[in-house]
Amino acid sequence: MKTTTLKTLATLAALAGIQAALLAEPLTFDFKDPKGVNNATFTLDAPLEAISGSADGVTGTVTFDPANPAATKGRIVIAAASLNVPNSMMKQHMHGPMWMDTGKHTEIVFEAKELKNVKTEGNKTSADAVGSFSLHGVTKELTVPITLTYAPGKLGARVPNLKGDLLVVRTNFVVDRRDFAINPSAPDDKVAYDIHVGVSVAGAAARP
Amino acid sequence: MRRNLQILAATAALLGTGLWAGLGARRGWTQTSLPVKTVDEITGIEAISYHPGFRPGIDFLGAAWLGAVALGCASLLFHKTAVKKTMVDSHQTATQ
Repeated sequence: MKTTTLKTLATLAALAGIQAALLAEPLTFDFKDPKGVNNATFTLDAPLEAISGSADGVTGTVTFDPANPAATKGRIVIAAASLNVPNSMMKQHMHGPMWMDTGKHTEIVFEAKELKNVKTEGNKTSADAVGSFSLHGVTKELTVPITLTYAPGKLGARVPNLKGDLLVVRTNFVVDRRDFAINPSAPDDKVAYDIHVGVSVAGAAARP
Repeated sequence: MRRNLQILAATAALLGTGLWAGLGARRGWTQTSLPVKTVDEITGIEAISYHPGFRPGIDFLGAAWLGAVALGCASLLFHKTAVKKTMVDSHQTATQ
């Protein structure tokens, strides 16, 4: 009798352990947005020419553990061809070989390798994401401030007939276009060296 | 011809300024598509989409004034004396 009770307890403990392990497993969020809301913005504010635009070709995945946000890793990709500005001639120049050369350098990528200075309050985590940033065929190590907002069970509210969670990632940072060989000889007063980048993207982790 | 070019120059300057002022007096570059922002209610993300449209910028105003100045300068190539000469000729013909 005692042996049977012990075995049952051991089995229950093992099952509970497995369940806990399953619950603690990081979730993988897919950032290809069916609603097309995900976007990145960029602004170059030079004295003679202020340029601002956006890009909506966002893809990528992020693994996020609600129990351990500090372990977050992931990769966000922006299709260079989706870069847009409100002036058609400026857009043509921007995509051309003198500037972004999007025919050759098709992706803009940020890959987060680790998070530092992690602060979590409820479902919101702020941190510094350390990773690599690839732009115009040049990859540099970069640390950017990010906020992660975890919205459990909210996927259905956004995409009907789907159950799961949402993760919203936001970041704003500045890069110098000369560091990425984007027409470095073009003067700063016409096209600013500093590119202010803003990224606001939501990823979905569907559950059966 | 001189007068016609001057009228054309004034029209270009006035029309250009009127269009620029009337369509928002934009101090940035001309927009050939208009960004429209919408907020996703669930995530709070501000989405940007571009719709066909035209909003003249400072480059449009500059081009209009540059055109007007060019037309004004071109009008100076046509001398007033040609008109005067014709008037004198017609007066002489009339007196004969």
